[in-house]
Amino acid sequence: MYIPNTIIELLVDNHAGVMSHITGLFSRRGFNLEAILCAPVNGGETSRMYLLVNRDGRLEQIVRQLEKLRDVRSVTVRDDYDHTVFARIEDLITSGAG
Amino acid sequence: MKLTGAELIVQLLERQGIRTVAGIPGGANLPLYHALAESGLRHILVRHEQGGGFIAQGMARATGRAAVCFATSGPGATNLLTAIADAKLDSIPVIGITGQVPASLIGTDAFQEVDTYGLTIPITKHNYLVKDAAELVQVIPEAFRVALSGRPGPVVIDVPKDVQKAAVEIDALPEPGAADPAPRPDPASLRRAAEMISAAKRPVVYAGGGVISADASGLLRELVARCDLPVTATLMALGALPADDPRFLGMLGMHGSMATNAIVDKADLLIVCGARFDDRATGKVEAFAPNAAVIHIDVDSAELGKIRSLGERDAAVSGDVGVALTALLALAPAAKRTQWWKEIDAVKAAHPETPPEDPMHPWSLIRSIGAMAPLDAIVTTDVGQHQMWAAQAYPVRYPRSFLTSGGLGTMGFGLPAAIGAALARPECTVIALVGDGSLLMNVQELATLAEIGLNIKVFVFDNGQLGLVRQQQELFYQERYVASRFERRPDLAAIARGFGIEACPLASFDAAVVEQALLTDGPVLVNMAVSETENVFPMVPPGAANVQAIIRAPKDRAGRRS
Repeated sequence: MYIPNTIIELLVDNHAGVMSHITGLFSRRGFNLEAILCAPVNGGETSRMYLLVNRDGRLEQIVRQLEKLRDVRSVTVRDDYDHTVFARIEDLITSGAG
Repeated sequence: MKLTGAELIVQLLERQGIRTVAGIPGGANLPLYHALAESGLRHILVRHEQGGGFIAQGMARATGRAAVCFATSGPGATNLLTAIADAKLDSIPVIGITGQVPASLIGTDAFQEVDTYGLTIPITKHNYLVKDAAELVQVIPEAFRVALSGRPGPVVIDVPKDVQKAAVEIDALPEPGAADPAPRPDPASLRRAAEMISAAKRPVVYAGGGVISADASGLLRELVARCDLPVTATLMALGALPADDPRFLGMLGMHGSMATNAIVDKADLLIVCGARFDDRATGKVEAFAPNAAVIHIDVDSAELGKIRSLGERDAAVSGDVGVALTALLALAPAAKRTQWWKEIDAVKAAHPETPPEDPMHPWSLIRSIGAMAPLDAIVTTDVGQHQMWAAQAYPVRYPRSFLTSGGLGTMGFGLPAAIGAALARPECTVIALVGDGSLLMNVQELATLAEIGLNIKVFVFDNGQLGLVRQQQELFYQERYVASRFERRPDLAAIARGFGIEACPLASFDAAVVEQALLTDGPVLVNMAVSETENVFPMVPPGAANVQAIIRAPKDRAGRRS
């Protein structure tokens, strides 16, 4: 069954361990996480993260659980983004492997 | 002023109002212990870090204030994990401060190194690895704020040894961390909830631990009196209403009474206060209060709709239970629900309680202890059959007076939690109702208890079994009793005496022995020999609906054994 994806955009505190908090939340609660893109912003004080996730009935629960994490400053579901950035990364990875 | 990181931690804890910490020193937290010498903090030396974690929990559960435990790196930290995970599932504000190997050695598999930060991510509300002593000024107060705000929970602060030893220059100590203001629910959701309560014909309040942690029991009592509402409670909410309140229906769920589960089944409105639709409370979720609209009040908005989805006819109230109940008291009209109470009485009459006649039945023993105990006694339990009998039979009178491991269900909780409760509330008698299996999981804390001599009465329900396991094997695993029976039973009274605790066995019921134990000053252990084969009923089979509870073993129904 095809499950459409959507993107969750996060602004998080940038320190070692934040990525573990985010990915740990997904594995612990059994949410699917298809892809992550993360880079520091604001001179390194914070990072912006893009999470490619399934757009299903659990999306709202994922957002609420993310909002509870101390290091997460904002959570936005970005229906207005297309997923080409992740597709381009996939291209990059496949070409690198080839 | 110039302080070491360790001195800073100790001073910040004192400013938070902490008077007592429990823990064990080791290589990586010795600077912290060195700083304790010059502080006013009382340290309770436990015999296993899990005991220290549960002592902190006992202090926190009995008072609602955050409590602190210490452990060293490596095995000290891993030993603490169970108590921290337990605090997470029951939303208890505990702060664990762990020593870590020096920062320069992190990641080298140094002696007693373990990734405490990584290990505690999934079992804390938040955690810290402090890289610089100057950060402590911000981290310690914030840890208390996080632990106490909204839905409470545990916080772990991992502090490398060199950070504890480093000197920092600070101008002034920060203000203590305190809970954020209670989140206020949206007024529209409250108005809608009030209308739903007013319109309901068969409303039931389903109270959870959130009522206790929000200190909202008094407000709940007012609301249920005003709107004439029946109330059922989860294991975590026992004490929110006094057990003898005429509107209190007792505990619901897996070991709730048949009548209570049947009444919830009939409800047309469920008023859920600080509860999370835990599987032990709901049974099969699809069949739980199937015809009821839901008002779900919770300070953690992620709980709203997590298990029971909320639709058009329901109301999601995101915010502090106390604030919500205060608003509902003003909004919901007073009511008298004569017809509903008639129906409830009929359900109760159809499912009469049949207390066991045997005075040595654990249910009877708990009733007897409850009848003889001081009114303000605090009860702790371990986990298993005796815990469920305690939930059914002990007359819990006040919030924060029934301390039990609900979510994680940790055997070994009862004794150290009792020590914590007695430290926090020295004016109260503390009664630890424990199983023989559970006691042995933290029996070493009898040494701690003997050392500090608190007013704790340990009543052991000694059946020589992992009773609730044995029960499930009997009922659901074709009576194959694998590894649920202790082939060799230790003399627990002799063990207690060996630790320096006054103790006596109780083979047949003797009220004088129980009374004497309760009246004796200081710690006492009574080892009560109870049936090896008794089962806790009613019991909802795993996966079944609450109304499908069984009240005796199938083989008894078939008449194979009486």
